Amino acid sequence: MLRLLSGLILAASAAAADDRPVLTVYTYEAFLSEGSPGPAVRPLFEAECDCVLRFVGVGDGADLVARLRLEGPGAEADVVLGLDTNLTAAAAATGLFAPHGLPLPEALAVPGGWDDPLFLPFDWSWLAFVYDETRLPEPPTSFADLLDAPDDVTIVVQDPRTSTPGLGLLMWVKHLYGDEAASVWERLAPRIVTVTRSWWEAYSAFLAGEAAMALSWSTSPAWHRHVQDDDTKRAALFDDGHYLQIEVAGVLASSRQPELARRFLAFMLSEPFQSLLPTTHWMYPAIALQDGLPPAYDGLIAPETSRLFPSEDVPAIREAALAEWLDVMSR
Amino acid sequence: MARRDEPVTEALPRRVALTGGAALVLLLALTLGSVAVVALRAERAGALGPADWRALSFTLRQAFWSAALSTAFAIPLARALARRRFPGRAALTTLLGAPFLLPSIIAILGVIAVWGRSGWVSEALMAAGLARLNVYGMPGVLIAHVFFNLPLATRLMLQAYAAVPPERWRIAAQLGVEGRALFRLLEWPAIRAAAPGAFALVFSICATSFAIALALGGGPRATTLEVAIYEAAAVSFDLDRAARLAAVQFAVCAAAALAALALAAPPAAGFGVRLCVERWDGRGRAARAADALALALAILFLALPLAGVAARGVAGLGALTGAAGAAVWAAAGRSLAVALGSTLLTALLALPLAALVAALDRRPFAARLAEAGALTPLAASPFVIGVALFVVLRPVADPAALALPLTALVNAAMATPFAVRILAPAIRDAEADHGRLADSLGLSGWTRTRAVHVGRLRAPLGFALGLAAALSAGDLGVIALFSRPDAPTLPLLMHLLAGSRNVDAAFGAAFVLTGLAFALFLGFDRLGRGR
Repeated sequence: MLRLLSGLILAASAAAADDRPVLTVYTYEAFLSEGSPGPAVRPLFEAECDCVLRFVGVGDGADLVARLRLEGPGAEADVVLGLDTNLTAAAAATGLFAPHGLPLPEALAVPGGWDDPLFLPFDWSWLAFVYDETRLPEPPTSFADLLDAPDDVTIVVQDPRTSTPGLGLLMWVKHLYGDEAASVWERLAPRIVTVTRSWWEAYSAFLAGEAAMALSWSTSPAWHRHVQDDDTKRAALFDDGHYLQIEVAGVLASSRQPELARRFLAFMLSEPFQSLLPTTHWMYPAIALQDGLPPAYDGLIAPETSRLFPSEDVPAIREAALAEWLDVMSR
Repeated sequence: MARRDEPVTEALPRRVALTGGAALVLLLALTLGSVAVVALRAERAGALGPADWRALSFTLRQAFWSAALSTAFAIPLARALARRRFPGRAALTTLLGAPFLLPSIIAILGVIAVWGRSGWVSEALMAAGLARLNVYGMPGVLIAHVFFNLPLATRLMLQAYAAVPPERWRIAAQLGVEGRALFRLLEWPAIRAAAPGAFALVFSICATSFAIALALGGGPRATTLEVAIYEAAAVSFDLDRAARLAAVQFAVCAAAALAALALAAPPAAGFGVRLCVERWDGRGRAARAADALALALAILFLALPLAGVAARGVAGLGALTGAAGAAVWAAAGRSLAVALGSTLLTALLALPLAALVAALDRRPFAARLAEAGALTPLAASPFVIGVALFVVLRPVADPAALALPLTALVNAAMATPFAVRILAPAIRDAEADHGRLADSLGLSGWTRTRAVHVGRLRAPLGFALGLAAALSAGDLGVIALFSRPDAPTLPLLMHLLAGSRNVDAAFGAAFVLTGLAFALFLGFDRLGRGR
């Protein structure tokens, strides 16, 4: 048994047995699987930094903050990648992050601009309900329309405690309806087939026909078009606006190689990294790409109204909205 | 020489007391100790909110109905299996063992394939002009729990049938006792002895339900305590609330486990007991029709989800080429290592514990106490154990680097209650049959163990370790807390593949995982039976 144990430990630490410095990046698991940005990014950065880039996958986006609090100061991570603007205030409140200290790239193209001293954006998209036009020929045209839609317009959504799009929907409802949010959730609840832990569980339930629409991103149809040559999946355009999700990364104050960590953030906002995102992560890049977006992005919805709470206001709103949501949804 | 005349079993052999005591302490540290560690690490006092009380209420309701339905359906099924001989009966009894070994993450896929809104049942209902089913919530949780536990309850009932002396059936036949009268005289007393224990066992298994409740509960309206613990510990980092919820879960399960202990007839040694006896009753048309119906419904209910996963799994094997294939086989290797390590640890924990429980035979109270200690993992939350290990190990080691050994350890703790329940009666029987002879021959220590126990323990040990290996191989569990994606186990990789939209590869991995779990079980079980 001892031999087995030590064998396992050796195998796990073998990756670290290298003279080059190791940069450890915590991210969510979906960033790392085959076909996702992680595996493509690693050799690109390692070629230019003369270091070892080690990604550690930690559940879903919202799990990242819990993991940082569990580890406290002295976490092994140098960089955390995959929070969004709904989580940055909670992450900043841990006191574990250091200012990024980098100038913003000139090509930066994030809706509403950027001025956060701790975090830098790397991609963004609008949240949207995705449907299959062969199954749902007449999708709702606004959130209000969704509330009044026929009973068979069912949806699958994600849990705001674990999933960043789920948290985004919580904020979306609050931004639209304010104090009426609880009664809106009451009206929405009958058509929610299931609340899932991760984005993919909800999306795969939708693809399997378990619901008419899934909460996802306005860019999701590009994946179907590009990878599956399937033009039937669309994002429903709501004329009362869509909530934005802007994903960010930051450097931990406890990092033993802050310079390398900052180099990674700069690399993250450079053309080689950013140009991977549209066809591996299916989100809009945070900079204007030299060659523009791939053809699969033609014809995607472009909401006229974008909704987003200032990140510093989110914690107070989130706490109240989450309590309301839990109360309604656990009845 | 005077010592020989004393009842030797009164004195607890030192070796048994020491090793059994050590195993018990380790188990209690992992289960109860981890709650204390998590409570101490908490940053603030987080009281239980209304949603937590609803989770408790849902936990109790679903566990009650899961146990009631599993036990009720087990009665006609066990009755039919006990009195019928038909081709494929052996295959059907094997099928009864399958769900318990099936990784829950896979059973969930099967349940959705059959009962989901676009599953086979919904399609049939649609074709008949009816509405689709909505499986999420209480219905889905109950379907999945009955899928897992109906076979378990049925096997417990079959043991009760097997405990009826065969002559009684013959005498009943000679006297012409049939049908309802036979049921009242012979079958009902047997069922009456087994049903409460089966109910309590299924109740306590379902009361800690996690993966099923998370996937099929459909959100906060159907959340179990274990899911709430997971959310508090791993998601909201509300460790105080996690510790409180874990204490509530302990109380619920302790009540159920104590009831199980009090009500359950001690299981006959292993499952190798003779389940076939000659029967003369039930030749009438109505009886035959009732049995055929019970068997057909059970086969459909148990086999359809398995078929649903198998069909997509076989198709998914084609996707296991290139990088995805290499990743799946590497992960299968890791899962095999975790399962074997976990099996070894289970043996190290369960054998001394079972010996301790058996040796305390003459002191019922102490025996019950030791057995209750061995059962604590049934009530424990793997997530609380995981967080506690993380908190304790973090200052001295990198928990992520120890992810695989820690997973093996927690899995072993989780499998120990089952192993002890299987091994203790076998040790007790061996001791009763040969203990005095061995003592009168002056055998002691290892020689005595070998003479009295090794032969008799082989089969139940093989069965228990097979169970432990299969449970460990299929468990997603705590690895998700520590994991690092460059070294996932097979269940975690399956989860990752599904999350990266590589659905075909995920189903292929599911197929490999199912094969691994069954192969491990069969391998150990056959080793035990000397085949």
